[in-house]
Amino acid sequence: MSLVIIDYGAGNIQSIKFAFQRLGVSAVLSNDPEVIRKAEKVIFPGVGEASSAMRKLRESGLDTVIPTLKQPVLGICLGMQLMCNASEEGNTKGLGIFDVDVIKFDSNVKVPQIGWNKIENLQSPLFKNLENDFIYLVHSFYAPKCEETIATCTYGLEYAAALAKDNFYGVQFHPEKSGQYGAQILNNFLSL
Amino acid sequence: MLTKRIIPCLDIKDGRTVKGVNFVDLRDAGDPVELAQRYADEGADELVFLDISATEQKRKTLAELVYNVAEKLNIPFTVGGGISSVEDVDILLKNGADKVSINSSAVKNPDLINELVAKFGSQCIVVAIDARKTDDGWKVHLVGGKVPTELDLFDWAKEVEQRGAGEILFTSMDHDGTKNGFADGELAKLSSLVNIPVIASGGAGAVSHFTNTFIKGKADAALAASVFHFKEIAIPDLKQQLEKEGIPVRI
Repeated sequence: MSLVIIDYGAGNIQSIKFAFQRLGVSAVLSNDPEVIRKAEKVIFPGVGEASSAMRKLRESGLDTVIPTLKQPVLGICLGMQLMCNASEEGNTKGLGIFDVDVIKFDSNVKVPQIGWNKIENLQSPLFKNLENDFIYLVHSFYAPKCEETIATCTYGLEYAAALAKDNFYGVQFHPEKSGQYGAQILNNFLSL
Repeated sequence: MLTKRIIPCLDIKDGRTVKGVNFVDLRDAGDPVELAQRYADEGADELVFLDISATEQKRKTLAELVYNVAEKLNIPFTVGGGISSVEDVDILLKNGADKVSINSSAVKNPDLINELVAKFGSQCIVVAIDARKTDDGWKVHLVGGKVPTELDLFDWAKEVEQRGAGEILFTSMDHDGTKNGFADGELAKLSSLVNIPVIASGGAGAVSHFTNTFIKGKADAALAASVFHFKEIAIPDLKQQLEKEGIPVRI
């Protein structure tokens, strides 16, 4: 299994690498389009602020590479958000893979949402053999429910906790920090 | 529904856990990695590592510890203790910490909060506030509650939120170590003043203290050390009791 974690300078990717290591898979960190294209599976991580992360993607030319990938790609947290049309955070355009705009949580809830919440309405091979359960999230912006939603979560309102389109998958939560359940989701991704 | 978090805190000195730890079947009670894994298995939602060492090798030892914990642990963890620069935070996050907490350095240089948030994002910056009640109201204290400042607890909490902190870890020095319960009145006031999560710390001695701090104190998470280390409260029992009281927890 060749697995590449896209390393474009947006946040801590060590814990994702470790999570796959616990599954017995050694991930390669790279920002080289050739290395990324050749991988069997690709992880698109990200933490931090959306517009500066998009700037980093554009600087490295990855903004045009990622949408053309053919193998399974999993965006995590900000990675998922950047795969959408646009984000309200820093008013930036996204990669346009998922047809939805990312917006900020209303102030009727504490922002950011930090902690363990339940994912529901699971409908993807990503959640094969899994029931609704708790996952760990840290985020201030979210993707509203849309056609590409494959799991939902409720925080003030029901929103998209995961998205999928063709070979692209995105999760708002951190499977690498969501205990055994999160590990199973990563394992399912490896089996796609 | 977002659940309330239970957070054991581990004190670290020179890469080892300090304070007695009462897990009889641990191979090495001073090994932070083994203890962290044990807490994760028991259902802890997050962990905090507070580094209290004061050696020149501190930075390197802590970075190694963070790397070793991140390699094994599949729940989030925060690292605090003497963090005072963007470079300190960069090293800890690169080694696998999910969040860092800053305390005195933020009081001395509040712009540090903005700098860290701009570089790493709000989601990983926790501001820890130690305070106690004085004749002039609740004042922020430094050096484990020994050194008073002029800063008002509630003004400072609002300021750290405005500067972009993702979370506040509030320790009442008047409650810490008493085992008489958390500072629920002050916690509830904090929660009404800021719209970021507030972690209650200081005073845990019984299950009812956790119930109270989530209901009366409106805390989003509760942190404790000795009641967990000495097995006075087992996390699975605690969570079951909280669930019975109608508090959302991850079980």
